[in-house]
Amino acid sequence: MSERKTVLQLTGVCKRFKGVFAVNHVDLNVQEGEIHALLGENGAGKSTLIKVMTGVYSADSGRIELCGTAVSPQSPLDAQRHGISTVYQEVNLLPNLSVAHNLYLGREPRRFGCIQWRRLQKDAQALLRQFDLNIDVSESLSSYSIAIQQLVAIARAVDCSAKVLILDEPTASLDAKEVVVLFRILRSLRDKGVAILFVTHFLDQVYDLTDRITVLRNGEKVGTFNTAELPRPQLVAHMLGKELQSIEAEKTASRSDDTANTTLQVERLSTSQGLRDINFRAQAGDAVGLAGLLGSGRSEVCAALFGLAPLTEGQLSLRGNHYRPKSPADAIACGIALCPEDRKIEGIVHPLSVRENMILALQAKRGWWRPLPRHEQNQLAADATARLRIVCSDPEKPIGELSGGNQQKVILARWLMTHPNVLVLDEPTRGIDIGAHAEILQLIRQLCAEGMTLIVASSEIEELVAFSNKILVLRDKQLHTVIEADAISENAVLAAIAGSN
Amino acid sequence: MNRRYLPVAVTAVLFVALFIAGSLQFSGFASARVILNLFTDNAFLAITALGMTFVILSGGIDLSVGAVLAFSSVLCATLVENYGWHPLQAFPVVLLLGAVFGTTMGVLIHTYKLQPFIVTLAGMFFARGLATVLSEQSIAIEHPFFDAINNFGFSLPGRGWLSSATLVLIAVFAFGTWLAHFTRLGGYIYAIGGNSQSAVLLGVPMGMTTIAIYTLSSTLAALAGIVYSFYTASGYALTGIGLELDAIAAVVIGGTLISGGYGYVLGTLLGVMTMGLIQTWISFHGGLSSWWTKIFIGGLVLSFMIFQRWIAVGLHTRLQQK
Ligand SMILES: Nc1ncnc2c1ncn2[C@@H]1O[C@H](COP(=O)(O)OP(=O)(O)OP(=O)(O)O)[C@@H](O)[C@H]1O
Ligand SMILES: [Mg+2]
Repeated sequence: MSERKTVLQLTGVCKRFKGVFAVNHVDLNVQEGEIHALLGENGAGKSTLIKVMTGVYSADSGRIELCGTAVSPQSPLDAQRHGISTVYQEVNLLPNLSVAHNLYLGREPRRFGCIQWRRLQKDAQALLRQFDLNIDVSESLSSYSIAIQQLVAIARAVDCSAKVLILDEPTASLDAKEVVVLFRILRSLRDKGVAILFVTHFLDQVYDLTDRITVLRNGEKVGTFNTAELPRPQLVAHMLGKELQSIEAEKTASRSDDTANTTLQVERLSTSQGLRDINFRAQAGDAVGLAGLLGSGRSEVCAALFGLAPLTEGQLSLRGNHYRPKSPADAIACGIALCPEDRKIEGIVHPLSVRENMILALQAKRGWWRPLPRHEQNQLAADATARLRIVCSDPEKPIGELSGGNQQKVILARWLMTHPNVLVLDEPTRGIDIGAHAEILQLIRQLCAEGMTLIVASSEIEELVAFSNKILVLRDKQLHTVIEADAISENAVLAAIAGSN
Repeated sequence: MNRRYLPVAVTAVLFVALFIAGSLQFSGFASARVILNLFTDNAFLAITALGMTFVILSGGIDLSVGAVLAFSSVLCATLVENYGWHPLQAFPVVLLLGAVFGTTMGVLIHTYKLQPFIVTLAGMFFARGLATVLSEQSIAIEHPFFDAINNFGFSLPGRGWLSSATLVLIAVFAFGTWLAHFTRLGGYIYAIGGNSQSAVLLGVPMGMTTIAIYTLSSTLAALAGIVYSFYTASGYALTGIGLELDAIAAVVIGGTLISGGYGYVLGTLLGVMTMGLIQTWISFHGGLSSWWTKIFIGGLVLSFMIFQRWIAVGLHTRLQQK
């Protein structure tokens, strides 16, 4: 492996924010024709390192060499000119432009000084077809789901990539099917000699795809390893700095289906977002999993319960009372909380501090005329920070300065504080590192034991199986199968999703 | 039809409806003359508003255009009348100064990350002050070249007159359409208006684009100043007060989203024409004071804002149904 040519070499790179090291003397060596995983806990410094390499931030010190010559990219554009193309952690496309324009912005085909729109659209269509994506490329990007936007962002970067392709958590919002397609494309790029740097929290994907692994912890490099020679427990130990207590998938005891005890009853639910005829019931202490492919209606169910989409038919009842939320405020007042899928857009309130972001929902529930005393706020923030292992030196920091995964934990903390009767979690572990992942599963179990009802939508079947006592498999925005109690297993869910009954 | 064209289509429908209503009410309203006079009388506003379109598309604002127009009309008049320059010598200087002015604002906005509102507000005072320093009095321009240009044009059937100002406007419109919809720079401008942080990460050259936007806006305002000095055959430091607001109103009525990212160059032209048509309608009416124009335009701007909000919300739910 070492006779391969080094494409990207970082030596002693440092980056500080307000004096605190986010990246501390990191060396990194990425070779031609390899897929290199960059791993670490939330806040380890992965995204910062990437932004330093691609000119978003300038390094405080250190050397960046590309194919043997020292470079210092001044902007992402500059990095692109050097042959480094990047998909950043936040989906970073333009909602107002068409899909096709997003793919080719800045490199549109031109003739006689005019952009050739026809050709551009044809190229775009062809490019997306490689990703098994058949969509109308002349539509605005904002009309598509996050998963599709993510794929478009990846397609753009893949298409520009000359020497180095950097992907920061590209698979966070993708389903298994899209991941397979993506990996096929990445492998073929690797075989063409492109150096690929890949950040993810899915260790399966690391072992499936990558050749070498570099682990960061607290901004420092732990080491670089050959993937094949590094057993998984050891990798986790490198990332966390300690062993991870194993979490066994203990089954929640099956309970008698007691109508009197029903917390949430959903009958013939249909919404303006296209859901049709969904029926289910959940009791106190239930964890109901929502499984299904992308676009199967998982998020739509969550949105409907939280009053984000008007019902067109059917009815909901909450502890026996008729429940018809017209807005999230209604839902919160009735004791329902939603931790949304797209935290970047729907959850985070930007100029506010971490503490303020956390107490937002609780304060809204109490009413603004009864402000939460400051010392209680501090206490709550400190508890949540500890419980969810949020890497954050000071809860008064603006939330934007936290790493992506830690921002998500803050939003999760916000809803947990409200102690709702029904907690709806849409993709609670997306972008969250494996230490905190185990932590969150533990938390879900604990909340159920305390008598809360949880509705959890997730694309990770393994995790649904671990805590649910009822799994609803959705297909085409309809309820396809309900798997309960002892019948729950990964295979059963997979089979239901795939379609064999 | 693509939904993105909806606001522009609404403006077009509004324009046609107003025109038909006017024609039914007044004889002589429906003529080539009325339409072409709309172009001639509003050429300077339309040229300024086209420049403003780019600024607003990028999510910015340019408050200096009225003052720049006044400055360039005064400079034109001073050079021609007081210094005896030929107008053809004066124009390049005026345009160049306009461009430098815009470039400076663009550089300030980009390098110091200043609010466009503040920078162009300062620019407005600066340009207006400069114009007044040049001459407090209105300067009448009497030059054979001015007469020649003013008399130049093509007559069209229906007593219509395609004036030189209209020709300039058509050229600027063609240029603007090309720039917005057929060049990379156009794409960058929409990109910055859509989300400037994402635009940076996608490799949009922010500095170059921002500077280009404000340079273009000021240059077009200076060009509008030249057109205006032809139109009134004079230069006066206190003209065009509030013109920047008319231009912004025209852009909004033309269906461009005030926060940037969505809109079309054609919309702005339709916006100016609609505003002009309301004015014409009021002058035909005779009984109403011309201030009613302002009242109507106020109402229109407001309803367009509401309309856009309504489409945005409607789009959102419709999309989710798909
Ligand atoms: N703009 C910023 N200002 C201040 N601090 C920052 C900023 N960006 C990142 N940090 C800090 O730098 C550290 C590393 O963050 P980074 O985003 O690189 O983590 P990460 O490894 O990508 O984590 P994740 O897996 O959550 O995405 C974090 O502690 C974060 O709080
Ligand atoms: Mg990150």
